[in-house]
Amino acid sequence: MLRYVVPLLVFLGVAAFLLKGLELNPHEVPSPFINKPAPAFTLQKLQSPESHMSTKDMLGQVWLLNVWASWCVACRSEAPLMDQFARAKIVPIYGLNYKDAPSDAKRWLQQFGDPYIANLVDYEGNVGIDYGVYGVPETFVIDKQGVIRHKVIGPITPSILDTCVVPLVKKLQQAAPGQIVTRDSVEGCV
Amino acid sequence: MSSLKKVLLLLMLVLLISPLAIAKEAVPMAMDPVLEKQVNEISSELRCLVCQNQTIADSHAELAIDLKNQVRNMVKSGQTQDEIVDYMVQRYGDFVRYRPAFKATTMMLWLGPFLLLLIGLTVLVINLRKRTAVVKDDGDLSLEESERLKTLLESESGQQASSQNASQQKNNGEDKL
Repeated sequence: MLRYVVPLLVFLGVAAFLLKGLELNPHEVPSPFINKPAPAFTLQKLQSPESHMSTKDMLGQVWLLNVWASWCVACRSEAPLMDQFARAKIVPIYGLNYKDAPSDAKRWLQQFGDPYIANLVDYEGNVGIDYGVYGVPETFVIDKQGVIRHKVIGPITPSILDTCVVPLVKKLQQAAPGQIVTRDSVEGCV
Repeated sequence: MSSLKKVLLLLMLVLLISPLAIAKEAVPMAMDPVLEKQVNEISSELRCLVCQNQTIADSHAELAIDLKNQVRNMVKSGQTQDEIVDYMVQRYGDFVRYRPAFKATTMMLWLGPFLLLLIGLTVLVINLRKRTAVVKDDGDLSLEESERLKTLLESESGQQASSQNASQQKNNGEDKL
């Protein structure tokens, strides 16, 4: 009896691991930045190169940093949703224009829509490296203290927006000073 | 026929030339061979996150090239391999190490194969022992048994070949007693 039960158990164990493996996406590498301060930067604005914006300017409000580029095909699929989301005025969205020619970026914004309060130019991709960006688009949710609370890898979808980003942003906005809210409190983000 | 020959000739030519084309790409970007060797060594320890089964030394993805340049700059500014790897881990997480670090969460990764080997060896040893026990049981005759064998063989030697079958049957019957 044992000689049949043991192989069966071993098989079931292996099958369970493989089944779980099917659900995992190897391209979603957990970000080491979750619950860590957003790396500081001071960058030129795309539309007005003479003015700059830095991460310090954003302290005190919850904001999204959306990494995009005109050469990024997946960003196009994300654009209409981002546009719609920006019009709802739930949270300010800033763009990090990653390794892009400014002229291409401007044309892209005209063509696919501009949901951004401002766009920051990361021409060399150094800020991208500082933020551990490895695939565009990526979207960071940053809280009032300048701490990264969540990162969406790949294009944002309506379901990610509804179940994770919006609830998390609202919780972060409602957080009392000193109160720490992490993404673990939002079911859709975990 | 001649067109086929032409095609074959062309194919051979392409095959001859293609290694040269690859050889050209491998020329180091900077002139300093010592620096480049160091950069390559460190890059071989870092995973390219775009094409995950390659190191950034092997990969031609744009991010890998950027990261290689970053490594080159850091080596130039005198940073050690550990410092550079830490810099990358801070930004891209543990996954960026091509060789996972040895710590609590990766323990099974490192020790798992040895654990499996140990289990396999244990099962093997147990099975082998069982088997030798069975063989010993059959092989070694007790004094009594060898006596009986002797008498059997002696009683058989005088009999005719035609009655061999019968004696064998008898033999078997006695064996079981």
